[in-house]
This record gives sequence, structure tokens and C-alpha cells, in this order.
Amino acid sequence: MTEVWSVTALTVVMAALATAVTLVPGLLLAWVLTRGRFRGRLLLETFVSLPLVLPPVATGLILLMLLAPRGALGGLLASLGIEIVFTWKAVVIAMAVMGLPLFVRTARAGFEQVDPRYERAASTLGARPFRVFLTVTLPLARPSLAGAAVLCFARAIGEFGATMMIAGSIPGSTRTLAVAIYSFAETGRDVEAGQLVMVSAVIAFGALALANWITGRSGVHA
Amino acid sequence: MITLDFVLHQGPFTLELRERLEGGITALFGPSGAGKTTTLDAIAGLRRPVAGRIALGEHVVFDASRAIDLPPHLRHVGYVAQDPALFPHMNVRRNVLYGRRSGQKLELDVVARMLEVGELLERRVPDLSGGERQRVALARALMSAPDVLLLDEPLAAVDVERRRRILPYLLRVRDELGVPVIYVSHDRAEVDQLADRVIVLDQGRAVLGGPPPGSAS
Repeated sequence: MTEVWSVTALTVVMAALATAVTLVPGLLLAWVLTRGRFRGRLLLETFVSLPLVLPPVATGLILLMLLAPRGALGGLLASLGIEIVFTWKAVVIAMAVMGLPLFVRTARAGFEQVDPRYERAASTLGARPFRVFLTVTLPLARPSLAGAAVLCFARAIGEFGATMMIAGSIPGSTRTLAVAIYSFAETGRDVEAGQLVMVSAVIAFGALALANWITGRSGVHA
Repeated sequence: MITLDFVLHQGPFTLELRERLEGGITALFGPSGAGKTTTLDAIAGLRRPVAGRIALGEHVVFDASRAIDLPPHLRHVGYVAQDPALFPHMNVRRNVLYGRRSGQKLELDVVARMLEVGELLERRVPDLSGGERQRVALARALMSAPDVLLLDEPLAAVDVERRRRILPYLLRVRDELGVPVIYVSHDRAEVDQLADRVIVLDQGRAVLGGPPPGSAS
């Protein structure tokens, strides 16, 4: 039972970190995709949504090729003494990459619901675009953004394929709920696997119910 | 002196204006689709003309020949539309102070007293009546110390009695603060009561200009 709780705690902390990491790029991407009129917008939108439809294992392999010590980015990080693959950092990155499209889509739906009249009023009152975003757009879209964060967290909790590829299954370090269920089931530890399934279901149900309640109140659905 | 000398296309519609406005209240009058709101939007930087020049005194906000096209936040205009668009997540005080520029002389007390919004400062926006919202929107626009105040049928959604009570506040803005006002209205009586001069627009062009007809009597 101790292992069940330690896996749960580790997964919740990793998912929370991944959600935090997603916030700033997710908000900026959602804002740019909602209000921006520029060449390549459709391309950017498609690229951001790619992890939603790509097999998670494929996304994981791409991340592995990028972040492995001999990879494009991993080599640079290794020269700075930063190791990513098969550490907890890889878990956070895998969860963040897989949760980002869900966050952006929900946040974008929230930004689209903000009446542009308020933003226009703010700009004629002398507010620069970033101040308009911080003081008008962001607070008015807040319920949807909270829903987006909860959905991203829920997606991170259930992340498996990409995590397996770049983080593996190291107990106490990278073995998250989904990975642990697979490992336990594979090694015949059916009781622990069943307990983890129950825990996953409770967390997933709670997070989804919360996200639906929040986005339902603001009239936004991803 | 406000210089409006520009051409603006909006789909099949073309707005072409050549006017120089002194201070005081100038009413833009005319049928729907004549280009009144588009004129205000062009001054505020919300729509872009294809040619010409717009200057608020010495402050050139648009000049096609010099590639000047200031964004709305640099134009120093106060814009109050028919729907006042008060920020619903802020109370009245935060709304009114939103556009206040650092170092400006106009105090909140002065504006609050003039428009009688002092009592409303701690109220939430959803709790305000239509007339109160318009006064708050006016106060908010004035607190940004605009070079010109643009009012787009600000009283259209207010009943006749409230309208009668708000009009004197607009005259106070002109008389006590000296801010030039461009006022869009469909209401002939309102124009007669408020305006120092009227520009009649029709199909995107000024077809008549001068003092309001009612002012002679």
C-alpha cells in the first residue's frame, strides 16, 4: 500500500509541475492564436495540436531524440550539466507536452468568449496590448483558464506513452500512476495494479468533474 | 483644432471627410450607415483609413503620406459608445481610474463631483443603472485626460427622463474642462441642445455643416 501512495504522490506532484510549466507558454499561445492575425497561424495551431492525434509513443520518441545526451537539445543541456532523460524532469516534460494542446484549446475558447469591446475600451484608455491582456482579457477569461489548467492536470495524471519513452519506469523517480499500473500488471502484482486503477479513476473523475463544472459555468467547452 | 481629412473604405462603403473642427461640441448627425461611428473609429484608431491625415491639435495620429498610424493606446482619445463597456470585474473606482495617466492634473474628486459619481465609486458594475453606467463611462474617459472626447450615441439606451438629466453633465465637460467633444446622435432635440456645430453625414460624406438649426431660435 505504501508503494501505491508514493506512486500517487509522485504523479500528483509531477502533474502539478507539468501544469505550472504549461501555464505561461499555453496562455501566450492561446492568446496569439485567438487574437493574432499573422502568416503561419494555421500552421502554428496545427503544430500545437499535434500531440493530441500523434501516438503518444511517437511524441515520446521525438522528445527522446531531442533531449537524449546525443540529441539536438540534449547535447547542449548535457554540456551545461543538465540531464533530462530518465529523470523526473523528463516526466514533467512529457506530461507538459501532452497536456499543452488541451490547455491551449480550452484557454482559447475562453479568450474567444471575452467581448472585444472591453479590450477596445481599454486600449482607447491608453493601455498597451500587454496591459490589456493582463488586466482585462485574463481576468475575464479566468474561469475557462482554470478549467484549462485542471484538464491539463488530468491529462498529465494519465500520461503513459511519452513518459515511458523518455523517462522509463524508475521507482520513486519516474514511475507514475499509468506506468506503475502497466509494470504491476506485467509482473503479476494485480492487487496493487487494481488499487492504482481505483486511485487513477478517482483523480480523473474528480478533475474532469471540476473542469466541466468550471467551464460549464463560463459557457466554454474544449 | 481637430483635422479630419481622410478616405476610409469598409467593404463597398467609402467614407470621405474633409473637416476642421474647433473646440466645443461638434455633433455628427445623419441616417444609419452614413459613417458616423466609422468616423469616430477612425479617430480612435480602431479603423484604418487608406489615405489622408487625422490630427488632434498638434498631435498627428494618422498621416498616410508619412506612414503615421498610431495605435489606439497612443492617440489620447476618450471614447464612450452606446454600450459603455465598463469592465465587469472591476468596481466603479477601478474602472474610472483605469486610464489615468501618471502626472496628469485632473483629480478623481473633480470628475466625480462634476458627474456625480462619487457615491458610486465602491459599487459593482452590474449594480449600476443605465444612466449611472453612462456617467461612469464618461468619468472613465475623462480621467484618461483625452485630447478629444468621442461620444457615440451614449444616451441611446437611456430613457428620456434620464437622458434629460445627463445632458447637463456633457455641457459641464465642455464648459469646465474645455475638452473638445465629437458627439454622434440620431436625436435632433439632443443635437440642438448640446452642439455648437453640426456636421450632417450622408453616405459617407459631409453634406451640411454649421451651427445646429435649433440654436438660431
